[in-house]
Amino acid sequence: MSNVITPESPLFHADFAKLAEVTKSLDAGVELEEKAFLGHLNLRGNASDEAFTSGVEKALGVALPTAPCTSAQSDAVTILWLSPDEWLIIVDGGKEHETEAALRANLTGHFAVSDVSGGQTIVRLAGSDSINVLKKSMGYDTHIDNFPVGKVIGTAFSKTSCHMLRTAETEFLMVVRRSFADYMWLWLQQASKEYGLKVIA
Amino acid sequence: MFEIYCPYCEEHREEEEFHPVGEAHIQRPVDPEALSDEEWAHYLFYRKNPRGLHHEMWVHATGCRKFFNMTRHTVTYQIMETYKMGEQPSVTEGAKDDAK
Repeated sequence: MSNVITPESPLFHADFAKLAEVTKSLDAGVELEEKAFLGHLNLRGNASDEAFTSGVEKALGVALPTAPCTSAQSDAVTILWLSPDEWLIIVDGGKEHETEAALRANLTGHFAVSDVSGGQTIVRLAGSDSINVLKKSMGYDTHIDNFPVGKVIGTAFSKTSCHMLRTAETEFLMVVRRSFADYMWLWLQQASKEYGLKVIA
Repeated sequence: MFEIYCPYCEEHREEEEFHPVGEAHIQRPVDPEALSDEEWAHYLFYRKNPRGLHHEMWVHATGCRKFFNMTRHTVTYQIMETYKMGEQPSVTEGAKDDAK
């Protein structure tokens, strides 16, 4: 029996490498990419506890975003605010264990860190028509005044839900559950059909 | 569709993101063993169902996943306020006439 396990991303079956080859010269309004195999850590703790927030900052090198619907970013880590006592920490694939260890080393008392990397994936939606695709998919107002760059929202996306971070005026990262990734992929294909869809491997 | 103000996300969101959970401010009896069957049944199953102001619990299911409370008028459907768990409503039955 082989001990080598080859991980498969939730959208493995869609074969993005092949689709990227097919669509690479397309003049498309929507760009789609799966940010597979990143490290996802779910962190819970009391944001009004000074020891907790400073411990997280020491471990990650970024201050914890404690204001509602905000995010924080450095080269190595992205932190999304999920709720007043819950954050999603995204690091490069393979870094999740050392990040978790760093958090555990710097935190004491009432907190929780869980590695949820295998349970969800990130879909990057970009392109000049990406906003039009979002307008079809959810009720949330995507205007830049209401949804500025760096803001993160948890919302109903079509018939599933996702956490969405705006990283640029026409670029969004969507954190979606593994089991709903295929649904989202099918939905996004259909919703972006009229604008042209370019897949990035 | 309601536009509901989530007191934790601190903004209005579509009703689609929320689920109603039922009447708010129901306290679990401290000593259930001491209750009669009737009292226990009242705790479990009996709800107010008022015509007018109702304090109810909702959950921001696809957002921050926090439970919170809402004061809503069951006839007009008007949402008077939403407030965090553990807080008391500022709009109550006594102030109903003002709310109309």
